[in-house]
Amino acid sequence: MEGGPAGGCASSSCGGSSDKLAHLPEAIRAKVNDHPCFSEDAHHHYARMHVAVAPACNIQCHYCNRKYDCSNESRPGVVSELLTPEQAVQKTLAVAAAIPQMSVLGIAGPGDPLANPERTLATFRALSEKAPDIKLCVSTNGLALPELVDEICQHNIDHVTITINCVDPEIGAKIYPWIFWNNRRIKGVKAARILIEQQQKGLAMLAERGVLVKVNSVLIPGVNDEHLKEVSRVVKAKGAFLHNVMPLIAEAEHGTFYGLMGQRGPTHDELQALQDACSGDMAMMRHCRQCRADAVGMLGEDRGAEFSVEKIGQMDIDYAAAMERRAAVHAEIEAKRQAQREASQQAVQTSGGEVFVALDSLTRRRPAAPSTEVNAMSAATSASDTTAFATHPATPLAAAQPASSRAKAKAGNASRRLRIAVASSGSGVINQHFGHAREFLVYEADAEDVRFIGTRRVQAYCTGDETCGEAESALAGTLRALEGCAAVLCSKIGIEPWDALEAAGIAPNGEHAMEPIETAVAAVYAELTASGALDQAEPMSALSA
Amino acid sequence: MAYQITDGCVNCWACEPLCPSQAIQAAKPHFIIDPSQCSECAGDFAEPQCASICPIEGAILDASGIPMNPPGSLTGIPPERMAAARAEIRAR
Repeated sequence: MEGGPAGGCASSSCGGSSDKLAHLPEAIRAKVNDHPCFSEDAHHHYARMHVAVAPACNIQCHYCNRKYDCSNESRPGVVSELLTPEQAVQKTLAVAAAIPQMSVLGIAGPGDPLANPERTLATFRALSEKAPDIKLCVSTNGLALPELVDEICQHNIDHVTITINCVDPEIGAKIYPWIFWNNRRIKGVKAARILIEQQQKGLAMLAERGVLVKVNSVLIPGVNDEHLKEVSRVVKAKGAFLHNVMPLIAEAEHGTFYGLMGQRGPTHDELQALQDACSGDMAMMRHCRQCRADAVGMLGEDRGAEFSVEKIGQMDIDYAAAMERRAAVHAEIEAKRQAQREASQQAVQTSGGEVFVALDSLTRRRPAAPSTEVNAMSAATSASDTTAFATHPATPLAAAQPASSRAKAKAGNASRRLRIAVASSGSGVINQHFGHAREFLVYEADAEDVRFIGTRRVQAYCTGDETCGEAESALAGTLRALEGCAAVLCSKIGIEPWDALEAAGIAPNGEHAMEPIETAVAAVYAELTASGALDQAEPMSALSA
Repeated sequence: MAYQITDGCVNCWACEPLCPSQAIQAAKPHFIIDPSQCSECAGDFAEPQCASICPIEGAILDASGIPMNPPGSLTGIPPERMAAARAEIRAR
């Protein structure tokens, strides 16, 4: 367990919530350790890119418009430049040289990668030779998956994402107007039934062959919202290991069926409620940014414009040196992650004062007799390398406590969950200026646990065009995005936004710069509750006992 | 007899590999069908392949210039709704 980078306690904070994948076997955790999409912790440290080599599609989805050339939009299926496989390889090598945190190359469209098998597989084939350190990843609607599973395995593609919005053809008919199958266009329930059969078959085949499968589902209120709980159960049973429920993006100006017909997307709360409902069955991905099919960089950013075909043509790159540099940078990242984990562990061992330094310390301060506290410590330690499954937070301590104490704590504290937003540009620490943040990470904290629940973009999907988005000041938009948050943590913040946040009831906080996110969120949760800044009287008094 | 591609084409490549006569070519500003090659898939497929996978309504016309996939037939968006939305967005 100690050896591998994802070994034992190494997966994020022990006993805490950030390791969504702690329940998985070691071999799988090692596979996703540096994959920013498959591992939430990795997304703070590693970058990815998509190359848009696959324009053709074999189905139509009601949330997609096949006119995909708006450079100002950021959403799946949108690209600004279609690449040949040769250009894609050149671009990948250029990006991997310029952004050494890059660990993953994905093909995700703008059509369906497996509806363009020659272009997609040619790209993968060349990259597995020229940049063997880069993980290859493909995303598909699943229609052509069963016939291509063996080829996928041949090319060392060990991460596949299938978009599965339903397992019921009647519901599918409301999402997919047609498919192209056996040289015919097929519509309605019949089309949906074929698609669903192919998706499920492909998923099972991949799982049998040991390929990691993530399932993406688009949450469409009134269409598949309740149904997605069943989808989650079914795909888990078939061997998927991560479920990513994403909100429908539907605006009239996108020209999609849903956008034009007035189908709304889910609210943040609806999305979270559904993710929570599904999480009993399997690990949920909550850090998805629904990126473009040509996105480049860390998940929260898009540096695609720096790597146009024209620009990469002018770059002079030493590929061998770049690969060596990547190895060095990845080793540095792993050392840093390891140090963060150890610091978090250390805090558990030594903290006894007033400062809340780690999640575990929060838990430890729960009302309990000293002897229980000792038990709690050992329980937390032993649980850390077994089953600290995030969605059942802080079970180690709760289990170790007397039932009466637990019940009391629940009555007093468990209901006092707070959402706390964070500005981070990466590395898992609070290191971004409030005004520079294009997105905020939102965490939910209570007395026992801190968990990541999602991101809030603070930039409209369209910014460069007056027909895109509403005309409102950036700050007003940010305040709206942070609605429901008790505090926002950043490295620095200006006076104007400080005042505006306070007026909106959101506590600005720049005192935790460069601290690990979850540690800082736990500390701010404790500060907020202990200071009585919140309405209820002394809810956390037990914590300082 | 031959089909043709209009400027509604988004150059998605879906049709090109399906054509049994290799009549479709990538071109600027959009793909084209070589009328001397196009057989309308007669003898090869029951349904014309390019028009059966094309995702864009009105992008492929039959020999008499009529859209193989008329407005609303693929997306399910009623043409009047599409027109109203376009006008609305333009007026903003």
